[in-house]
Amino acid sequence: MANPLLKEHVLLRHRDIEDIHKIDVYLAHDGYRALEKGLKEMTPDDVTNVVKASGLRGRGGAGFPTGVKWGFIPKNLNPKYVVVNADESEPGTFKDREIMESNPHQFIEGVILCAYAVGAETCYIYGRGEFWTLFHGRMQEAIDEAYEKGFLGKNIFDTDFSCDMYLHLGAGAYICGEETALLNSLEGLMGQPRSRPPFPAVAGLYAKPTVVNNVETLANVTPIVLHGADWYRQFGTEKSPGTKICSLSGRVNRPGNYEVPLGTPIRYLIEELGGGIIDGKAVKAILPAGASSSNMGADKIDTPMDYESMAAAGGMLGSASFIILDETINAVWAAEKNVKFFKHESCGKCSPCREGTFWLTSVYRKLREGYGTKQDVELIETIINQMEGNCFCLLGEFVVPGVRTSLELFRNEYESLASEENEVDQPQKDLIHTFF
Amino acid sequence: MGWTEKEQQDLEKILKKYPADRKLSAVLPALYLAQREKNWLDDDDIEAVAEALGIETTHVHSIIGFYTLFRKEPVGKYMMEVCTDLPCALRGAEDFFKRLCERMGLGPKGGTTEDNLFTVEEVVCIAACDKAPCMQINLEFFESLTDEQIDEVVAGLRAQASNNGA
Repeated sequence: MANPLLKEHVLLRHRDIEDIHKIDVYLAHDGYRALEKGLKEMTPDDVTNVVKASGLRGRGGAGFPTGVKWGFIPKNLNPKYVVVNADESEPGTFKDREIMESNPHQFIEGVILCAYAVGAETCYIYGRGEFWTLFHGRMQEAIDEAYEKGFLGKNIFDTDFSCDMYLHLGAGAYICGEETALLNSLEGLMGQPRSRPPFPAVAGLYAKPTVVNNVETLANVTPIVLHGADWYRQFGTEKSPGTKICSLSGRVNRPGNYEVPLGTPIRYLIEELGGGIIDGKAVKAILPAGASSSNMGADKIDTPMDYESMAAAGGMLGSASFIILDETINAVWAAEKNVKFFKHESCGKCSPCREGTFWLTSVYRKLREGYGTKQDVELIETIINQMEGNCFCLLGEFVVPGVRTSLELFRNEYESLASEENEVDQPQKDLIHTFF
Repeated sequence: MGWTEKEQQDLEKILKKYPADRKLSAVLPALYLAQREKNWLDDDDIEAVAEALGIETTHVHSIIGFYTLFRKEPVGKYMMEVCTDLPCALRGAEDFFKRLCERMGLGPKGGTTEDNLFTVEEVVCIAACDKAPCMQINLEFFESLTDEQIDEVVAGLRAQASNNGA
């Protein structure tokens, strides 16, 4: 579909160029020219520097400057590794899957450029287990093609640089999207997060220096190296340059992935690209970064989608996975859905997350089944207050913003489920067995 | 179980991906390989994986317990995993799941059909939120589903299974 904001897609190029997943088609459209330029005309530091100058920030959610991250890799420790986080498991996120299914070579080229920049000769792409078919089909085919053409393997473009790339599948664990949990999982352990420091840049995979980047991030590297930082900065804003793939889901007419320059207002995504809300209903809340994000009220719909503006509006850009709730949706039900997700996915390592999600699930269920009291609504607040800042990893912390903002914006819906009668009439002792 | 010749070759290919002294990295791919035939892992499978990688069976058990895609109990030949997380639920996935269970003659929480061909279960996000209702059957995506499509898919799989003499 044509996107009026971009003459040509930077990342979703398959929407402009048919069959670009095939290496011959990709080669006919500047394919692997960035790699050739990088290897033949640029030093590894040059590559890192152009990525720094482009202002590219991590697209997995954290938004950390990519070139700066590469700069942390110590030069004198070997071997080094590039590990790609393709674990895409956040409810509402499905962008990396489309890149790998439809434009895999641009991504693979970016991974090789990253390896060259940091001096790694081995790359692992860690995908969620549900990408089994993709990893045994399209992605493996693309890697095989790249080997056949000499873009992977020994002495690429007759240089001293050699690089191998392997696919590795997880097996159904959201926590493995956390980079240190991912590394543990890749090492054959349970996917539980590690203490930091040491950071993966110094002691990552097999305790060696490791860059961990997201799929979309590395797909950006290819056009940045080919066209330069100034070209890249024509898109987006000063502090958030480039384009971003937004995964749009929920109560809109045309859910899907849409690539937009950073700084595009949310309204444009929902109304123009997404075709507005089903049955012409009103927006109730926007979850801009999947299940782990704050609820932004409908009054925030004109917020520009860049890292700074979203944070200032009380949300976060994260991986730009916009879940849209409309006025027909009950806020408590929606929050309960996400709380249950986090309970299911808690890795069990730390008690604030393990116990917090357990208790939250129980209190939500009690409220929704008609046994709630006002104290239960307050109990939800107490639980998230105890979780906030106390979880071992960020994924535990992710539970808090959604619940807190749901309560702030829609407290009346919670209180309408609480009844004074329950305080006196319900046999609380039995309820404990039912709900806790 | 013993590994078949083909599986033995696959296993060697898998092990080549990782440094020689890091065989443990192959535990997930080895478990996928062991589970491929019947969709779940019995004690022999678990022992075979442990032996192939030179690790304790206890460790293999801990991995199976941690990751949801491995199973220690028998399931159907076809695992139907329906996402009912928030984005999918906003597009009717919960009702879809209920109807699917009814159509398969199962209770509201899913389970395995009497002929042991299908296991239906609710799962969390599978990265197909824009195409709800969606599910995976043996890790293959089926998206933007209608009830009629489900009937077709199920009929197709039943025919496939009976042709294979299952």
